[in-house]
Amino acid sequence: MKKSLVDHLLDWSGRILLTMILGFVLLPFLVVFIASFNDSAILSFPPKNWSLRWYTNAIEYRDFGKGLVNSLKIAAIGATVAMIAGSGFAYVLNRYEFSLKSLLNSILMSPLIIPNFTIGLGLLILSTAASLPRTIWLVIGVHVIIVLPFVIRSVYVSLQNFERRFEQAAESLGAAPLRVLLTITLPLLVPGLISGALFAAILSFNEFTASLFVVNQSTQTFPVAMYNYVREYADPTLAAVSVIYVIAVAALLLVVHKFFRLEKVLNVE
Amino acid sequence: MSKRPFLGWFSLPSVLIAFAITASFIAIVQYSFRAYVPGSLDPGGFTFDNFTTLWKMVYGQAFLNTVLLCFWTAIFTLLIGYPLAYAMVRAQSVKLRSAILLISLTPLFLGEIVRTYSWIIVLGNRGFVNAALMQMGLIDAPINFMFTMTGVVIALVHFTLPIVVVMLAAALSHIDLNLERAATSLGAGRVRVFASITLPLSIPGIAAATSTAFAWTFSAFATPQMIGGGKVQTISTLVYQVGFASFNFPLAASLSLVGLLFTIAVLAIFNTGIRRLEKFGAHS
Repeated sequence: MKKSLVDHLLDWSGRILLTMILGFVLLPFLVVFIASFNDSAILSFPPKNWSLRWYTNAIEYRDFGKGLVNSLKIAAIGATVAMIAGSGFAYVLNRYEFSLKSLLNSILMSPLIIPNFTIGLGLLILSTAASLPRTIWLVIGVHVIIVLPFVIRSVYVSLQNFERRFEQAAESLGAAPLRVLLTITLPLLVPGLISGALFAAILSFNEFTASLFVVNQSTQTFPVAMYNYVREYADPTLAAVSVIYVIAVAALLLVVHKFFRLEKVLNVE
Repeated sequence: MSKRPFLGWFSLPSVLIAFAITASFIAIVQYSFRAYVPGSLDPGGFTFDNFTTLWKMVYGQAFLNTVLLCFWTAIFTLLIGYPLAYAMVRAQSVKLRSAILLISLTPLFLGEIVRTYSWIIVLGNRGFVNAALMQMGLIDAPINFMFTMTGVVIALVHFTLPIVVVMLAAALSHIDLNLERAATSLGAGRVRVFASITLPLSIPGIAAATSTAFAWTFSAFATPQMIGGGKVQTISTLVYQVGFASFNFPLAASLSLVGLLFTIAVLAIFNTGIRRLEKFGAHS
């Protein structure tokens, strides 16, 4: 079938529109990339002189290093705790009926609706009222609450697509429940568990608003350290940090895409 | 032997977390009815004062700003997100589809700070857009984006876009292509197929994406805080300011509580709407 003039027109306007939208998505990152190499401490386009000094500054600034270590620690512990709690709950949610099941489910899912600033404030007030010290464990607790719904959902979906026959076969051959769990169920769930935990770790690493309410000077996370830097200094150091951040995240996503195919993870196939 | 092995052990950690969530919610409710004692973190006696204080202009303005931001952000995000999701789902080549997916998703994993800071560099008075427009001779003085609603909306659209694209793409990918083929074979042009088949079938997805966009914008903090710079107060920035500038936890708690009830009400309205639309879709 030959394409009519209208079809050609539609094709081309579609392509132009798509390019413009993708340009809008990428524009801030391209601009921040250029700005990070600007030698002057004051923003100007196009930069007159180029240098790498903001990258050196970013690496040498002590709060970023401390924040990065804190954030990695919080993301690793938080994602692990959320994975253990979340997969356990997803399992009982999928397999059993018990009293208060739907109430428990709504409470655990509520952080999807409750704004992060409210979650942060709530735990700040709670810890103040209980005179708990503001340690890193408080920050980890806040992060677990925020990422848990995503882990539960991800593991629950894997359990729904689960082939029960393997478990039934093991059971009929006389395997005890614990043995079925450890040798059949868990190994088959590994991909779902890994993608859930990975997603939780990324979310936790990026979380800013709730953390701002519960951190102090020594427990501040990487995003909080970045926010405090912008409030104090106007130089492009944060542009350098942003460029490193964007490259790291894009590389991570490419790897995930290679192994898991994002279309499948996000259910947009 | 128990018919439900592991039930206790598997649900124990999540029960503890559910207790923590409930306790922090009770803490907010309780503090919102307590008096503020200046200079102390401990609240005073029972009072309704916090809620009467909320009737003041500043707080009303913050509510209005938040609602306006949510409204404009949702509209523009849908207008930009729909073509993007459509192109992604219908792209013929796998490479193009992957490229669109990665480009629209990467910002989702960059966090609020990197993205908001990047927009400050783009929109600032000496930023990219103003420098480009001035060099082209289109404007004489820089346009003010910083500390304005427009600037905050632009950055919030960018912030909300990925999640909306994912939701719209999920809805579009589940539309039966045979319906479109049938319409085409009966002689409908592409515009007509889109307007009378694809668009109506994706309305539940659009409604779901809109409610998510609303919730995201409502809870956004860094973007209105950094780009609004105190000139565009929202509920989130005000909660932070009240909580940390004067340590007035009772007032911050009541503001959060009212905001939360407002969100739940709006989302409930959306959900009823979505259910009606789905029923409508099933019957027609």
